[in-house]
Amino acid sequence: MKITTDDVEKIAHLARLEVDDTRKEKMAEQISRILQYIDTLKEADVEGVNLLSDAAFQTNVMREDETGTPCGPDITLANAPERDEDFYVVPNVVK
Amino acid sequence: MELYELSLEQASDLMKKGEITSVELTRALLDRIGRYDDQIRAFITVDEANALEQARQADERLAQGNAPAGCGIPIALKDLICTQGVKTTCGSKILENFIPQYDATVVSKLRDAGAVMIGKLNMDEFAMGSSNENSAFFQTRNPWNTAHVPGGSSGGSAAAVASRFCSAALGSDTGGSIRQPGSHCGVVGLKPTYGRVSRFGLVSYASSLDQIGPITRNVKDAAIMMNMICGHDPKDSTSAKVDAPDFTTALGEYDTHGLKGMTIGIPREYFEVEGIDPDVASTFEQAKHVLEDLGARVIDISLPHAKYVVAAYYIIAPCEASANLARFDGVRYGLRDTSSNDLIDMYRQTKSKGFGQEVQNRIIIGTYALSAGYYDAYYGRASKVRTLIMGDFNSAFESCDVVLSPVAPTPAFKLGENTDDPLTMYLSDIFTLSANMAGIPGISVPAGFSSNRLPIGVQLMARRFDEMSLLRAGYGLEKTMALGPAFPTL
Repeated sequence: MKITTDDVEKIAHLARLEVDDTRKEKMAEQISRILQYIDTLKEADVEGVNLLSDAAFQTNVMREDETGTPCGPDITLANAPERDEDFYVVPNVVK
Repeated sequence: MELYELSLEQASDLMKKGEITSVELTRALLDRIGRYDDQIRAFITVDEANALEQARQADERLAQGNAPAGCGIPIALKDLICTQGVKTTCGSKILENFIPQYDATVVSKLRDAGAVMIGKLNMDEFAMGSSNENSAFFQTRNPWNTAHVPGGSSGGSAAAVASRFCSAALGSDTGGSIRQPGSHCGVVGLKPTYGRVSRFGLVSYASSLDQIGPITRNVKDAAIMMNMICGHDPKDSTSAKVDAPDFTTALGEYDTHGLKGMTIGIPREYFEVEGIDPDVASTFEQAKHVLEDLGARVIDISLPHAKYVVAAYYIIAPCEASANLARFDGVRYGLRDTSSNDLIDMYRQTKSKGFGQEVQNRIIIGTYALSAGYYDAYYGRASKVRTLIMGDFNSAFESCDVVLSPVAPTPAFKLGENTDDPLTMYLSDIFTLSANMAGIPGISVPAGFSSNRLPIGVQLMARRFDEMSLLRAGYGLEKTMALGPAFPTL
């Protein structure tokens, strides 16, 4: 599969990445080569094979529904780039 | 013998006998780091003050008697294992100033045992890479020859152990990131079974493949480290409810029985891999003969889907990474770019300035493979191929106990040799990716040197939760294959 610089821009937007024009071409070329290699998967016969999402466990893991001690806002927000009391601050969402 | 030359086991014994103290050993290692880490650059953070305080506390425990194995032992951690109050960067600008508010479960376990946390080690950014060239900060060098890479992504961990900067280290292995640098630096690297060691507090790269494990000076030290870090953890839902044995008994098993009764499988598909260095091939052959001489039966096995491993991995891992790394958005922790007043633009600028090129490449590949219309063709197909790879190993382990293979196709390459070609770098992971894909344990044990004096390891893989066979066979290899000077001159 070959991807173009337009594809890179579209996917970058989905991933919330900003790719500048100077890098777009190199990225498209490197990723195309990787995806071309990945196309060898098409040769594998996967007819009727189960899809595994997890290497180890197929069972769901439950725990007791018990109240724990929350760590509180000071610990939770300790690494916030910007906070206002007990809230994270982000740029305006509604203009 | 200098203090820094002591293995974990030797140091632990001498501390229990009261012949050395943890403070003395910690001081000796800190001095060695101070003297030589300028050349190697293994450490992102050296935590001298806390380490010496922990060493003093360990000495008090040791003086009271009944201290557990590992008490007072200086251990360094790959910088993606969270340490409360100590910077944890993941080798990335986006977490350059991140200070975790809690300890990873492995760190709590080490603290409970009285281990000394001496510092945090360099790595490829978010564990994506095989050479440490993807660290956002600086390049760690191979202590055997500083013109060469230490391997990756736990390159700082392997280089630090080989340089005798710490008694042992923890790394993480998503596709070979413990075993490959172990091999390149001439130290032991063990990737436990998926679920054997808690991942709580390990910054996630690809959650279904990531596993924490020890990098040590010898096999016995790896067994002691396993005793310290294994066990079920309710904080990690993928942590296995399986009792951990005393891993050091595997070595006694070897001392009593050698490798009698053990069957070693050699996958015939691995001989079809192109570009295997002749020194790697001859070391592998030697290891095979040694295992045979020690009483193991060596047989030919087949892993029919081995040729798809690299392609399947480089879909599954980037898909998981693209989801895991979405959390670094400049809101809750890490870098925030403040040049924009628009929320979406803030996300974009933060991620693009915070993540390096390889991380961005993998996010793009993962996002693409998971986007509408492509899921079945990429992630779905790769996951089915993964099922086939697991099936290959299940069949192989019906006729053998341990699979022997090289670790990497070549010894450590030179800095800069592969940086412009990510695909070549990916292909060099061919021998190590399978263990992660199948969730089985794998160990890399030093087995020889190249003609230009770079270490070469061999890999052993076993059934899920059978690290004991790896330690037993690995111990046999280590005892029999004379390697000359066991650590590099700095």
